[in-house]
Amino acid sequence: MAILVYAEHDNASLKKATLNTIAAAKQIGDDIHVLVAGSGAQAVADEAAKAEGVTKVLLADNAAYEHQLAGNVALLVADVAGDYSHILAAATTTGKNFMPRVAALLDVSMLSEISGVVDAQTFERPIYAGNATATVKTTEDKVVLTVRTTAFDPVASEGGSATVETIDNVQETGKASFVNEEMAKSDRPELTSAGIVVSGGRALANGENFTKYIEPLADKLGAAVGASRAAVDAGYVPNDMQVGQTGKIVAPQLYIAAGISGAIQHLAGMKDSKVIVAINNDPEAPIASVADYFLEADLFEALPELTSKV
Amino acid sequence: MKALVAVKRVIDYNVKVRVKADNSGVDLSNTKMSINPFDEIAVEEAVRLKEAGVIDEIIVASIGPKESQEQIRAALALGADRGVLVVSDEKPYPLQVAKILKNIAETESTDIILLGKQAIDDDNNQTGQMLAALMGIGQGTFASEVKVEGDKVNVTREIDGGLQTVALDLPAVITTDLRLNEPRYAKLPNIMKAKKKPLDEKTPADFGVDMISKQEIIKVVPPAERKAGITVGSVDELVDKLRNEAKVI
Ligand SMILES: Cc1cc2nc3c(=O)[nH]c(=O)nc-3n(C[C@H](O)[C@H](O)[C@H](O)COP(=O)(O)OP(=O)(O)OC[C@H]3O[C@@H](n4cnc5c(N)ncnc54)[C@H](O)[C@@H]3O)c2cc1C
Ligand SMILES: Nc1ncnc2c1ncn2[C@@H]1O[C@H](COP(=O)(O)O)[C@@H](O)[C@H]1O
Repeated sequence: MAILVYAEHDNASLKKATLNTIAAAKQIGDDIHVLVAGSGAQAVADEAAKAEGVTKVLLADNAAYEHQLAGNVALLVADVAGDYSHILAAATTTGKNFMPRVAALLDVSMLSEISGVVDAQTFERPIYAGNATATVKTTEDKVVLTVRTTAFDPVASEGGSATVETIDNVQETGKASFVNEEMAKSDRPELTSAGIVVSGGRALANGENFTKYIEPLADKLGAAVGASRAAVDAGYVPNDMQVGQTGKIVAPQLYIAAGISGAIQHLAGMKDSKVIVAINNDPEAPIASVADYFLEADLFEALPELTSKV
Repeated sequence: MKALVAVKRVIDYNVKVRVKADNSGVDLSNTKMSINPFDEIAVEEAVRLKEAGVIDEIIVASIGPKESQEQIRAALALGADRGVLVVSDEKPYPLQVAKILKNIAETESTDIILLGKQAIDDDNNQTGQMLAALMGIGQGTFASEVKVEGDKVNVTREIDGGLQTVALDLPAVITTDLRLNEPRYAKLPNIMKAKKKPLDEKTPADFGVDMISKQEIIKVVPPAERKAGITVGSVDELVDKLRNEAKVI
């Protein structure tokens, strides 16, 4: 049976997380279909059809799917699920929001944020904030999964030539409606797929200091900006910048943590980065235990100097 | 209106987790256990809704070992009115928890059902969504703001790109994110009072839910260790290492 991958997108273009999810699907089987549910999302479907390894794209194009309301999307996915052995979505806030609903509608248990595929029924996933990795075998005949995108290298976005099939399956719960959205605007790379991330913590003391000390370094390096929970809670930066167990998971080539102590919940979100730099005035800070390069310094002096020298 | 809040007994978030030598799981012997932090936020939100006159009664429910009554008592001390403990020595999975909670929510006719967005032990982030699907009702996950207006609730959600607000018909499921509120500390007199609040004990069988697992844990291993790093003495040295040793800039 084929495998279904749910596409992550903004109705205009396909998000890279989908390519990571397809990569995970490819480790399970070869017949991979992508479902695009959106509104005015033909371009997304065309893009998905070009992705490596995709054999068919299903496009459900209707206003009911414009904002990815979990209830509507879950009814749709559960409705097409009959043809598939596995259903996968990226473990983004979209995937996390609707996928458990799909599993419940199908009356199966699910596995969240898999980080490895052992075989078609057996998967690895981090538990306890990444302090342990569990290998879990599921006996469900329909396997519902969300995928930790940083654990799978994306498939190529070009090269495929799948057919696009439009399905007019409109599902609406009538119990929930979209009110509004405030999306952060940024010219910087997206946090979860950036090659370099510069993050600041409580030590930054206010939002202006993020602008003054963190952002210039990020811009010089072409990096994304991240933060600890403490910095987000205190309102220095918006919530979508939180890196950690309960925020975003990142694994860039280079992660620079300035004024972040390195609580396990923060480490859970960044310890798979290739190279970790910590700038902290406390040599005992737990972040030192995962840092490849630890600079004991006052960040207010070190960051401007670093910015001028890279 | 009535609220149902689900609280899970989990390892305290400050405790360093150790994997058992035989790789069968995580060692929980003699470790401090607490209410899942997100569930504490859920209890706090329910209490605030009660203080605002929106809710009249708060029921807390937990599924787990007998000791979970400590977490229910802790929630009662924060201001919940009564508890339901569903004793299960088998580890419950989100779908089973959701089935039990559905039963409680329907029998009690609760209007607002609050859960944490994720339990910090298994990091599943599934139960609230499953519950909403089983009940066929709306969900507001990862909530940072909750506003009840008439027979609707507006929930502002923390999503990857920013914030999204949805309007849900009641009853509805809400799962909490970190910024929803800052839970209070229980005062001693309230801890004493909580001991006298009603706490019902049930079993999964009372709700017709079996605890058979469809997931077998093959093994649990510690994460790969990172190789030890070095301390650099200056920004110049750091830049040199990043350029010439790590080659990442
Ligand atoms: C349920 C739950 C979920 C959580 N999820 C997350 C999560 O997803 N992500 C997350 O990050 N946290 C999370 N946390 C919070 C986590 O436990 C820590 O509280 C948080 O990460 C601390 O942030 P911080 O390192 O910025 O602050 P602090 O721990 O206060 O550290 C500040 C650091 O800055 C250093 N410093 C101070 N001044 C300077 C200076 N001038 N120059 C250089 N260094 C300086 C200090 O030495 C210290 O090490 C969670 C907690 C809970 C309970
Ligand atoms: N055994 C349980 N007892 C009570 N509530 C639970 C239980 N398991 C999960 N929950 C609730 O569901 C939320 C999400 O858990 P999970 O889906 O396991 O990450 C938790 O924050 C709790 O509110």
